Amino acid sequence: MVLDTNQTNSVNGNHGTVDWRCNRLVSVIETSDNLLRNQSLDELCKDSELDELLGDVAALDQLWRTADNLYTQVRALFFLSAIHRYHLPKQFDRSRSAPGKIPFESYRQLLGRRFIESIDSLLRAQKDNGPSDGISSALAQAYHELGFQRLADQVRKSVRTVRGNQWMFRTGHPDDHPLRFRPDLLARDETSPAFPILSETTAVRMDFSHSGWSDIFFLGMDFPAGAKVINASINLGVVDRDEKPQPPIECYLRVIDRPVLRLVSIDLKSTAVIQTISEVFDFAADYLGLLKAAVIASGIVPAGMDGCGESIKPLLERLVGPGLGIEIVSKVNDIPKGSRLAVSTNLLGSLISLCMRATGQVSSLAGKLTEPDRRIIAARAILGEWIGGSGGGWQDSGGVWPGIKLIEGAEATESDPEWQISRGRLLPRHSIFEFDEISGETRQKLQDSLVLVHGGMAQNVGPILEMVTEKYLLRSAEEWEARIEAIEILQEIKTALLAGDIRAVGEATHRNFFGPLQTIIPWCTNLFTNTLIEKCESKFGDQFWGFWMLGGMAGGGMGFIFDPSIKIEAQRWLQATMQTTKKDFETRLPFAMNPVVYDFAINDQGSFGTLSPAAKAQMPYEYYALLIPEWLKLEPRDLSALSRFEMETLGAEYRTDADAPKFRILVESILPGKDSESEASESLADLLKRHGFDREQHEQIRADLKSGRYGLAQNRLPINTSIEDVEPTDVIDMGNAINQTHLSLGCDALRDGRVAVVTLAAGVGSRWTEGAGVVKGLYPFHQFSGKHRSFLEVHLAKSNKIGLQHNRHFPHVITTGYLTDQPIQQHLAKLSNYHYPGDVLVSPGQYVGLRTVPMMRDLQFQWEEMPQQMLDEQQEKMRASQRSSLIAWARQAGEGLDYRDNSPMQCLHPVGHWYEIPNLIRNGTLKKLLDDHPQLETLLLHNVDTLGANVDPGLLGLHLASKRCLSFEVIARRLEDRGGGLARVNGQPRLLEGLSMPREEDEFKLSYYNSMTTWIDVDRLLAVFGLKRSELDNATKVDASIRQLSSRMPTYITIKDVKKRWGHGQEDVFPVSQFEKLWSDMSGLPEVSANYFVVPLARGQQLKQQAQLDAWLRDGTAEYVNGICDWNF
Amino acid sequence: MSILKAVITAAAPDQKQLPLQSLVDQQGETKTALQLIADEAVTAGIEEIAIIICPGEQENYVKAAGEHASRLTFVPQDNPRGYGDALLRARDFVGDDRFLHLVSDHVYLSQHPRGYAGQLIDIAIAEDCAVSTVQPTRENLLPFFGTVGASRIANRQKLYEIKCVMEKPTPTQAEQYLIVAGLRASHYLCLSGIHILTPTIMNLLEAEMQASEPGSNIALSPALEELAKCERYLATEVDGGRYNIGVQYGLLKAQVALALSGKDRDEILTELLNLVAESKPASRHTPSPGA
Repeated sequence: MVLDTNQTNSVNGNHGTVDWRCNRLVSVIETSDNLLRNQSLDELCKDSELDELLGDVAALDQLWRTADNLYTQVRALFFLSAIHRYHLPKQFDRSRSAPGKIPFESYRQLLGRRFIESIDSLLRAQKDNGPSDGISSALAQAYHELGFQRLADQVRKSVRTVRGNQWMFRTGHPDDHPLRFRPDLLARDETSPAFPILSETTAVRMDFSHSGWSDIFFLGMDFPAGAKVINASINLGVVDRDEKPQPPIECYLRVIDRPVLRLVSIDLKSTAVIQTISEVFDFAADYLGLLKAAVIASGIVPAGMDGCGESIKPLLERLVGPGLGIEIVSKVNDIPKGSRLAVSTNLLGSLISLCMRATGQVSSLAGKLTEPDRRIIAARAILGEWIGGSGGGWQDSGGVWPGIKLIEGAEATESDPEWQISRGRLLPRHSIFEFDEISGETRQKLQDSLVLVHGGMAQNVGPILEMVTEKYLLRSAEEWEARIEAIEILQEIKTALLAGDIRAVGEATHRNFFGPLQTIIPWCTNLFTNTLIEKCESKFGDQFWGFWMLGGMAGGGMGFIFDPSIKIEAQRWLQATMQTTKKDFETRLPFAMNPVVYDFAINDQGSFGTLSPAAKAQMPYEYYALLIPEWLKLEPRDLSALSRFEMETLGAEYRTDADAPKFRILVESILPGKDSESEASESLADLLKRHGFDREQHEQIRADLKSGRYGLAQNRLPINTSIEDVEPTDVIDMGNAINQTHLSLGCDALRDGRVAVVTLAAGVGSRWTEGAGVVKGLYPFHQFSGKHRSFLEVHLAKSNKIGLQHNRHFPHVITTGYLTDQPIQQHLAKLSNYHYPGDVLVSPGQYVGLRTVPMMRDLQFQWEEMPQQMLDEQQEKMRASQRSSLIAWARQAGEGLDYRDNSPMQCLHPVGHWYEIPNLIRNGTLKKLLDDHPQLETLLLHNVDTLGANVDPGLLGLHLASKRCLSFEVIARRLEDRGGGLARVNGQPRLLEGLSMPREEDEFKLSYYNSMTTWIDVDRLLAVFGLKRSELDNATKVDASIRQLSSRMPTYITIKDVKKRWGHGQEDVFPVSQFEKLWSDMSGLPEVSANYFVVPLARGQQLKQQAQLDAWLRDGTAEYVNGICDWNF
Repeated sequence: MSILKAVITAAAPDQKQLPLQSLVDQQGETKTALQLIADEAVTAGIEEIAIIICPGEQENYVKAAGEHASRLTFVPQDNPRGYGDALLRARDFVGDDRFLHLVSDHVYLSQHPRGYAGQLIDIAIAEDCAVSTVQPTRENLLPFFGTVGASRIANRQKLYEIKCVMEKPTPTQAEQYLIVAGLRASHYLCLSGIHILTPTIMNLLEAEMQASEPGSNIALSPALEELAKCERYLATEVDGGRYNIGVQYGLLKAQVALALSGKDRDEILTELLNLVAESKPASRHTPSPGA
């Protein structure tokens, strides 16, 4: 890359003109002295003043632009990101500088992955307007993304340049194809059309320790000496279901008598007949992305043919001969997703091994693999993961190797493509422990002690991997020390294994989990796992030898090590205990399936191939159960000779042994079972009735949606609406405005019981659990004071603290919706409202909506007109392909029709938080509150995820003194604060939803973001509804006034992604339409008098997604929240 | 020390007819492929030729050899066990001498005054070791050839020291083990079926035969790989080309190449252009779905 240094100097202002090479942080990155190099950025910056930090960022910006070494660039970028994210904002807070505005252009560039342009335009804005919190938040994001982009590019480059992989990228046409199938696979039996079947069985990998996620590619390449893993290849079986553990992965390949590529996934019940080369590269068209990735990575369809529009026939003709094709079948024996055993990577490895055996790229057609074979398969598996858009660590293809092995990062040498780019190589080194090192007896002892389970939780480990990478590259002090400790623990595990001391292994894995792993990433555990461990400890005491986290996080696949004498008992106990614990937590944590206990055995042969001669060749019977119903639909003349022959063979077998279990499965696959859909629709109808579904309103909205009166484009205000930022006089900065009078007013009101809190907890927080449908308010998201706490507990703890300070615990209302009501009520009852001394009332929702299949124009609007995060090249292809399938789905399912093809609860939708206050009025909660506390005059309403909001006496006093109806709390806008803000709309200050902005860029003119926290004057608000306290028991009047106000509020159409779960932890995501009315639009009513209080970020920040947690902890907000809580209820 | 003996292998059952095919040589004379191969050897100075054949084919070959029949020693390969076994059958014929080895399904063409094989013999004599001719070949043709991994000999044009030999490698193996510095990307040194071998090769083939399963086939490439380990073994590119008449359109290509380098070049070129102008592409069929 060629950059104009003069230009970069100029965008950095004066700070760029000093000799940046002498900067202290530049020296830390560039030094070869490990002691200096491994200094923590946080330590270096903790006492720095604003000017010094600005000098640092200017110098670091020069460094990444000019450095040749990849890791110098990346560390500089991560340093920059961290300073802008964690260190500069503290200085801005201190200097109380005005919020800065992020140029819309920079934001668009960021979404378009044009990171360098975005950084340049942000730096120009910083130079013109001065540094600010807003600009720094955007710079932090841009530097962070650019750092990861650079790392990912390097991994890709390395994968492509590994010797043995390169040719696939230059083979661009079927005529150039250099592979041929081995003749053994074409040795047809003359009496039948069948060909031999090559099969491969492969283990999965179970990692004893990954030395603190050191198997992430980037980390192995940065610090190869620290990248160490011990893992074992294991066979699996489900306790009480399978006779004995078997290799869980089976793959089959054969030549077929049609010139097509047929892919079959038995577990996903999916098949595809591929006729063109481009279909192989369409990963999202069906569930066969992994098989397609294997076909490409094994070189059967080389990666260089991406974009080649040819039929697959000439390619197959070269590979197997004219008129012939290939069939590949995968079967994973009922291991669900999230097992943390790297099932998908090992399946990919197994498929690649199978295809490479068939094409002679590994040494033998059948039997074991040699070490060079396994290495090239591992390299291809990495390539396959990159092509298929999935991710994994470099140890993940460990199941292809036999037994127990140490896998270590390797220094790059001159012959490696990584030479002088990174310190380590992409591919690690595997050393298998022989039986004279880890004896057969030790292996048996391990099997006799370890209970392997799947806890049933489905979580995305992706964000954890990013967090670890960033922390290591920044050398964050605590995490770096923890990493060193994790490496030492790995050595301990190795020593214990060599000595045959399984108890010591358990002690070390346990210490690893509660020590370094949780220091590095506190989110690698959860309340479910901790509860299971506590129960284990109390039940088995000294005979429980330790917990073992598998893979990236706990909750799914996990290990518990016991004294062998109680293993069987512990297995049964764990099965039962996991079930009951899951039942306790299933509304609070995302479970994808029921917990399972496995039997396992160490696999000492590694991936193994078997060739069945044509005369005996048969696919697994589940294959026929999947395919025969399809074949039966065809005319006999359209069936291939091979398919006819297979059906005849099965028919003959059936006539001799009709009772064989395979025939039962086959018959069941042909004769459908009872359709449970009608029952499901009935329960949906019940639910709609129970939760206040308004059919009339729904039909009206649906008609308006179909006719184009409602829609994503129609959410927006007219284009001629004037949208401007507010004037300084429109807002009240709590930092300057609160005086002693306000404090006294607030304290008096608290003491007199004139205030109550309303926590909005009706929604499930779909962004939090990525649509899993658990109750966000009850989610035990973080450990405060040594225990996992839920959002609701935090809110009650804050109220507890204020209550204790003012000798009066005020009432706390929690609003619920159809998804959250029952779980919240039960949870609060079970825990006696967490022993909060004041009243805790639940206000159940009174309205519900029914989702609809989206209009294609809305999907297109969402994807094409609204700014979208551009993904990297391969992911972008995946997304384009997914989107075209979703458009096809919307067309097929019927645009604007009711969405019913999911579990009933997933078909309903909440109708927006505007309804929360009407609910309170309609369901009698407000009346009860006022009856029990007639002195009550103020409500503090806040979102369940606004953890910093509390009944601050100063703010309460400020609100009371203003005598206005509503006081909204706003915060200075950061990059992530999208979706509206405080604006002057046609000259009038009000809160404006992002959905209604006439232009996308309007939002970027606004300095303040709406935190949703609102102080409400009860009587003035009732007046807006046209009600008085005395009329609250008049249901007719209440209903009429709510309906009337509701008709004045805007209706927004939104697209939500909902998950549809099926099979064993499999999930699909569908975008569906729903409508909502939003609370902030109250500020637009002319009769509502409102204040806008500017509050600090820590008070107004909302935790919307789990990926925010780490930054929330690091930037001190978690500490702030802890400080305003009192956990001693 | 001169090289006077040659061994031609022609016993593969599916290829036994190939040496009997007729071609028109550069002078316009109709000859069999066998005559052309023997011409190549004799031009290079070979005096005696052993030819390994399928039992019962001798008479046809005698006819096909024309004026070279008197130089031929026929060695029938009964109970055949592959290419390596075929060559091993010439052990008595070779004795302690180095020899030229050619395959019967290739025709060689060179404008060099010493011919294709002659250039090879000159190098083998000068270097005093075994030498095979190689051609840089694109990776899509790897399924057809034995391929060598080698390093260039300093200050020598087109001469390489062989490190390893693999029979019909996949590009995956080729990239890992057979890359030769200085060749174009995706090109490898493939054997062109003509070698000067030392008698050691017979010992190595014998050892391979002993170590193999009874009845299994013996290939030449593993013995060549062993040869590289136990003595100096070079590869060279010589001026000229080889034409495999055993593949689809191989005979046609060989004929066109011969004609284009001979006295009838203009006539053939004109005919070819006419053919091109008059030809039409066949209609393409779309694939049918499979069940």
